[in-house]
Amino acid sequence: MSGHYESPLREPLILGHKTYKDITEDVARPVESRAGKLWWIAFSLAMIAFIYGFGCISYTIGTGIGVWGLNRTINWAWDITNFVWWVGIGHAGTLISAVLLLFRQKWRMSINRSAEAMTIFAVVQAGLFPLIHMGRPWVGYWVFPIPNNFGSLWVNFNSPLLWDVFAIATYFSVSVVFWYMGLIPDFAMIRDRATKPVTKRIYSILAFGWGGKAKHWQRFEELSLVLAGLATPLVFSVHTTVSFDFATSVIKGWHSTIYPPYFVAGAIFSGFAMVQTLLIIARKVVGLEDYITRKHIEYMNIVILVTGGMVTVAYLTEFFVAWYSGSRYEDFTYFTVGAATGPYWWAFWLLILCNVLIPMSLWVRPLRRSFLWTFIVSIVINIGMWFERFDIIVINLSRDYLPSSWTMFMPSFVDVGIFLGTIGFFSVLYLLYARTFPVIAQAELKTILKSSGESYKKHHIEHEHDEHEH
Amino acid sequence: MNMNTKIYGLYGDDDELLNAVHSLSKKGVKINEVYTPFPVHGLDKALGLKKTRISDLAFIYGAYGLILMAITTWYMMNYDWPQDIGGKPSFSWAENVTAFAVPMFEMTVFFAAHFMAITYLLRSGLYPGAKTKNPDPRTTDDKFLIEIESEDVDRLRDMFIETGAEEVTVKKVQ
Repeated sequence: MSGHYESPLREPLILGHKTYKDITEDVARPVESRAGKLWWIAFSLAMIAFIYGFGCISYTIGTGIGVWGLNRTINWAWDITNFVWWVGIGHAGTLISAVLLLFRQKWRMSINRSAEAMTIFAVVQAGLFPLIHMGRPWVGYWVFPIPNNFGSLWVNFNSPLLWDVFAIATYFSVSVVFWYMGLIPDFAMIRDRATKPVTKRIYSILAFGWGGKAKHWQRFEELSLVLAGLATPLVFSVHTTVSFDFATSVIKGWHSTIYPPYFVAGAIFSGFAMVQTLLIIARKVVGLEDYITRKHIEYMNIVILVTGGMVTVAYLTEFFVAWYSGSRYEDFTYFTVGAATGPYWWAFWLLILCNVLIPMSLWVRPLRRSFLWTFIVSIVINIGMWFERFDIIVINLSRDYLPSSWTMFMPSFVDVGIFLGTIGFFSVLYLLYARTFPVIAQAELKTILKSSGESYKKHHIEHEHDEHEH
Repeated sequence: MNMNTKIYGLYGDDDELLNAVHSLSKKGVKINEVYTPFPVHGLDKALGLKKTRISDLAFIYGAYGLILMAITTWYMMNYDWPQDIGGKPSFSWAENVTAFAVPMFEMTVFFAAHFMAITYLLRSGLYPGAKTKNPDPRTTDDKFLIEIESEDVDRLRDMFIETGAEEVTVKKVQ
């Protein structure tokens, strides 16, 4: 049993007196039971938002980008704000599954599946915006370097918008593969329990014939490790690339070398906030309180606190450098006194309130361990991080080099509708996922039961006392 | 057709399984296969499985992606249409390589990740519609199964029970 020893200082990650069988039962229950009334209400609401958003998208494409609130000065606003916001949300999933795997963090195991699902569904939403914000989305495929009849006219590899295509496409596809490879053993578990022939057939196809052979597990672990090793730099590179959209420009306030790490920190910050929002609901609804414990919430809050601190340092750096540069154009960038007192003062102060001040409360242990407070803070952070992207984009564009081009931005109902639509679409996907997929990586969780399960830990501690007395 | 006899020992605990594998291999029994619901640490060593090489392949796939994208950017940006786009030097690849670093990096990861995953699936015989590989459905839940191909049924049955097997089954297959 020595292989399962763990320091008694660590809190258990699996509560109750669980056995392997219990884990299987608990993970399979939502898949095998019928959806409740609450689920149908949530699903209907999400579907309405999704359909409305889809209508707004169709209207935009049918009529033209002019139906949005953009103008000739502010030609990126809600579209790219939402794009960066959704991409950022996706980053926590990969961080949890890849970076925490590399650091051998056992607490990732009961949250990684849901976090990865969140990544994939968020990147789907993000991926809509680069397409629909195009004036001519039907020639969107021209961004790919495909041999063609225009004398083989290629793309220009200097543009960060093209790098985005490569980054997002790679990120999405690698995330899906990483997620799916982990799902195979869990689908096999559901397949082997299924009693109805149709269910059994569906999960047989999804499980790829998995049988849990020793050699396959060995390859599986190697694959997970290498994919984690590949996904980690990928996460950092993807949001770096997204930040290049701004950082490589000549717009004051955008042209800043701090953007790549600062965007990544912000992405993890907002991504973890979204994971908290979803998991605090999911653990109650799906009945996974013994697996997603207070300790998990606290660990995630600590990550939020760390990345929130990085974001705050970045704000202060921006503030300092804007002043230190001596450039008069830098007086009105998104994080300066000019912005704080300018026409977008409210957006500026919302950012400070939501991203800097309120998350600071997580330094207090009882608040950090409170489900209710965590839920509130996680929503506040997501609002704050939306405003961070809005501020970066809109405040900087609204007052640029030529005063004759200064203007304000007001979103139209189509801007808002598309954003609501993506939230609806995201919720539709997530709700469907929560009812059909094993929401916890049960095969992985079973590997830590003996080291981090509550009853096993108690047994170890008592056993150790016995040895010392003899 | 000669009949092969497969005998299965079902265990209820991963530590018991490991002990059983150790004691069986000490007695010189050749273990055909072990089915477990989760990766059991040290099982591959106990069975004497060789280290997998799929990570070495991933390195090669990644290098391939990197080179492919380097050639692509050079061909499109410097050889085929060496245009001036915003004053960026397009005389040689090296002059503008910083702009190509992002797609080159992404394609390295893309190729390494996807081809490694495909290799893993192919080598393990996993694909949609593949035949289920575990002989007992309980092995994806909480049971551990040792499979041995041998005619010496009685001796192995004793060995299995001695090492704590919950259930021993014998199957004749062609």
